[in-house]
Amino acid sequence: MTELAVGDSDLIAEGLACRRGERLVFAGLGFVLPPGGALVLTGANGSGKSSLLRLLATLLAPAAGQLVWHGAPVVYDPGRYRASLDYVGHFDAIKPALAVRETLAFWAGLRGIAAPRLDAALAAFGLDTIADWPCRWLSAGQRRRLALARLIAAPAAIWLLDEPTAALDADGEQRLLTVIEAHRAAGGRVAIATHQALGLSGPHRLALEDFAAPPHAGEMSGGF
Amino acid sequence: MRPYLGLFRHDVLLAFRQGGEIGLALGFFVLAVMLFPLGVGPEAETLRQIGAGIIWVAALLAAVLSLDRLFAADYADGGLDLLALSAMPLEGAVVAKCAAHWVTTGLPLAIISPFLALLLDLDARSMAVLALGLLLGTPALSLLGAIAAALTLGARRPGVLSSLIVLPLYLPVLIFGAGAVEAGIAGGGARPHLLLLGALSLAALPLAPLATAAALRQALD
Repeated sequence: MTELAVGDSDLIAEGLACRRGERLVFAGLGFVLPPGGALVLTGANGSGKSSLLRLLATLLAPAAGQLVWHGAPVVYDPGRYRASLDYVGHFDAIKPALAVRETLAFWAGLRGIAAPRLDAALAAFGLDTIADWPCRWLSAGQRRRLALARLIAAPAAIWLLDEPTAALDADGEQRLLTVIEAHRAAGGRVAIATHQALGLSGPHRLALEDFAAPPHAGEMSGGF
Repeated sequence: MRPYLGLFRHDVLLAFRQGGEIGLALGFFVLAVMLFPLGVGPEAETLRQIGAGIIWVAALLAAVLSLDRLFAADYADGGLDLLALSAMPLEGAVVAKCAAHWVTTGLPLAIISPFLALLLDLDARSMAVLALGLLLGTPALSLLGAIAAALTLGARRPGVLSSLIVLPLYLPVLIFGAGAVEAGIAGGGARPHLLLLGALSLAALPLAPLATAAALRQALD
């Protein structure tokens, strides 16, 4: 990958470090995610892929370093940054008692979107035929599709996807790839933690191992 | 306003769809009150004296029982992450959730309380004071309870722990709630007690969501 020119509309991470309890998971992590860019996070279990995504979603506070969005540090105006990101984590945030369409409409409504693209979102992930099913009938793969459909229902500039292909079948993976490429073609950015070769075009790979903190570096001296 | 109303509607809808949610708190409330005439004895005079206290204590316990409904499901299924990323501040989301909790817990308790008061031989005026007191005081129960519900997310026995945290906070509500009815019976005015109950709820409205949102952020970490 050639060196990227840093533009004003990039998402930039500078010297990020993440601490979980006493353990420093990674440190000195930086990247530039330009419009249309895809960041693929790789690394062994426990190397901090999910933590990095939660950190990018402002759900975790970095132990060091900062995120810069549209030329200003995210901490200055976290609300504006949050409004421009969609996060799909490990859990699907699905209530068994609600219908598929209701679930999607609810989460899109929470993003403050006046006219969510529900039909387009359901169709993109092949959920249109089961839109009125209560979610308790859904299989694990269908739940995943519903969680991913939030990306279309409430569009945002940055997508943060944590193992999005877990439980998806080949058709689901293909649909996800299509959706991601369309998002990138429209200038969207995506950061994905995945073990699977999704077939994204020109992804920027980030191996979490390269930023692993040396053992004991983050631990308190003294103590025990 | 849209996200707030959406969250409120969603929580009320869930409570109704999962039928047991509202029935559980109400059923507990009714049963707990009905145990007292059986335990204390059927003398109308005794029951009348302790009636208001019984109903308020039962209401507090019923409210505590329903607290895990506030955040536990969202915490377990990742919905809390999405709430934190929504278009409203987490404090606002807490207010919307508490409002939904009150409509599906405190409000039904206040509505059926006159029937239970009948069981304990309270007079018509006391019934009215009791129901009005519950109406004014139960919002504070939902709001203060949210703090405990948020603090105990991820704990192994959240129900027991949150009742230990929240019951001491409920004491002022209990004192003025039961006090209003007793003052009415004794011939004094119930008005100051009711005003104080309303004041407690109004004070909890801005303060409790701040504490709750801070606890939720801690739980997200």
